[in-house]
Amino acid sequence: MDITRFISTHRKLLLVGVSLLIILGFLATLPLYGGVYYTRLLTTILMYVILSVSWAMFSGSTGYMSLAPAVFFGVGIYTMGFLQRILPFPVIIPIGGLLSFIVALPVGLVTLRLKGIYFAIFTFGLVVFMREVVAALESDLFGRVGQHINPLPDETMFYAMLVIAVATLLAIYFIRRSRLGLAMLSIGGNEEAAAHMGVNTIRVKVLTFAISAFFMGLAGVIMAPMKIYIDPRIAFSPIYSFMPILMAVFGGMGQFYGPVAGAIIFAYLEKTLRAQFPQYFMLGFGIILVLIILFLPNGIAGLVSKLQNKLGGVIAKLGKEGEAE
Amino acid sequence: MRILEGQGVNKYFGGLAAVSNMAFHIDQGEIVGLIGPNGAGKTTLFNLISAALPLSSGEIRFRGRKLNGLKPHQICKMGVSRTFQETKIFGNMPVSQNVLVGAFFGSPNRVPAEDAAREVTQALEFVGLSAMRATPVKDLTLVNQKRVEVARALATKPELLLLDELMAGLNPTEISESMKLVTRIRDTGITILMVEHVVKAIMGICERIMVLHHGEKIADGTCREIAANKTVIDVYLGEGAHAGS
Repeated sequence: MDITRFISTHRKLLLVGVSLLIILGFLATLPLYGGVYYTRLLTTILMYVILSVSWAMFSGSTGYMSLAPAVFFGVGIYTMGFLQRILPFPVIIPIGGLLSFIVALPVGLVTLRLKGIYFAIFTFGLVVFMREVVAALESDLFGRVGQHINPLPDETMFYAMLVIAVATLLAIYFIRRSRLGLAMLSIGGNEEAAAHMGVNTIRVKVLTFAISAFFMGLAGVIMAPMKIYIDPRIAFSPIYSFMPILMAVFGGMGQFYGPVAGAIIFAYLEKTLRAQFPQYFMLGFGIILVLIILFLPNGIAGLVSKLQNKLGGVIAKLGKEGEAE
Repeated sequence: MRILEGQGVNKYFGGLAAVSNMAFHIDQGEIVGLIGPNGAGKTTLFNLISAALPLSSGEIRFRGRKLNGLKPHQICKMGVSRTFQETKIFGNMPVSQNVLVGAFFGSPNRVPAEDAAREVTQALEFVGLSAMRATPVKDLTLVNQKRVEVARALATKPELLLLDELMAGLNPTEISESMKLVTRIRDTGITILMVEHVVKAIMGICERIMVLHHGEKIADGTCREIAANKTVIDVYLGEGAHAGS
């Protein structure tokens, strides 16, 4: 095939592909020159990318606002806690994902019949419930609550998180474009109509809820060693429910890259601002979030496409004027 | 041949009988109208057939197969599709994707992507929306939104199509276009049961009409018979329709 023609016809695709490769190359080599601080910061950012993208995959498209990410993330953390002395790290990662998936199935079957605010409240109650269940389980099994996690090298955690993040992004990118993705969107559009058009709504909802839980569980396992010490309060902290949602809303859920951008910006700001302005940073975030919801309901991604439209309009207009002359 | 048949169909909401002890049937290839005053149970009957609501008692059979206990998506895959009185569209999705949902999920077997795409194109051409395939449905006018619903239902390849007030809220030109559309759908071999308040439309295209009142079927017959039926005139049509206008 003619290479110049290929380049000119697939210019946009090539551009995106090349820049993604550059970013990936930069990320993959970061521990070599980034130092401990940036390696850990980036691990955290990638974790939030996984959480917010998998949250948006389910909640953004079906409209079911799940407050349960902390449950599935926590299941991942505790999987690491219970299995770290028995199995090697790379084996525990998929187990954590699978356990989250398995926990999500019955939860989804029960809760996904609830609509709107009731679903949100129930899933949030689940975070508290799981915390207590795990605490009881831990004290029954070991006679104590809370445990130490053997630390792993920062690079190990970073590369594990990078691999899982890339895999998650790829998987979700293709799910969104698949018929499962179309089914999720139709449920979000009008669940009743979707059912009457042949969509098995219960199955789609439960399955995709569990798939998103799977990714969250993976992230939990990898994040556990960074915590050094875990107890149910730390592992099932509601923060891990709220942050991915804030990030997804901040970034905009209409586009695939929205939650990614939201997670990167939000997590970076959180980490850096919290260190510099411990008192004011939450206040500042609250204000930014309110402004975003009020003025940019479609998040950063919405702003970008708005600007694109405006710019596109101006450019088209200029072009037309040029032709007229 | 009877495509749809109901026996002793009952639906109670609390103590209120929305549909009571109803027997009905639809023959293959018919256009049957379902009329009656507000609250007569027309939409409830639609919801019972399409399994949006469970029956309180009685049974409904489609091609001899009992529908009781099935879920809406199963009914759709069997070959019964519907539209809604208040349009239920996937507003943010473009027209073509709305129809694609029906094409992908409406069949009992897995539909290959190329076939689904072809069905979408055909269905949109059929209802005259080809030019708007990329427009988000929420930006369309009411009549076009209703056409999207029809195209979406057609994409599921139904044998029986339930149309719930397709003409409501449309202007006279749109009504006569919609009447032609319904007849064309039937001519492709699809049986039609339609709820309608626009008497002109009903009388114009239906071969048979069933009249509901307070959840009971009070009349069932050809347009001529219904227009002359004393009870129907009293409860629904009014004196104006008596002259056969």
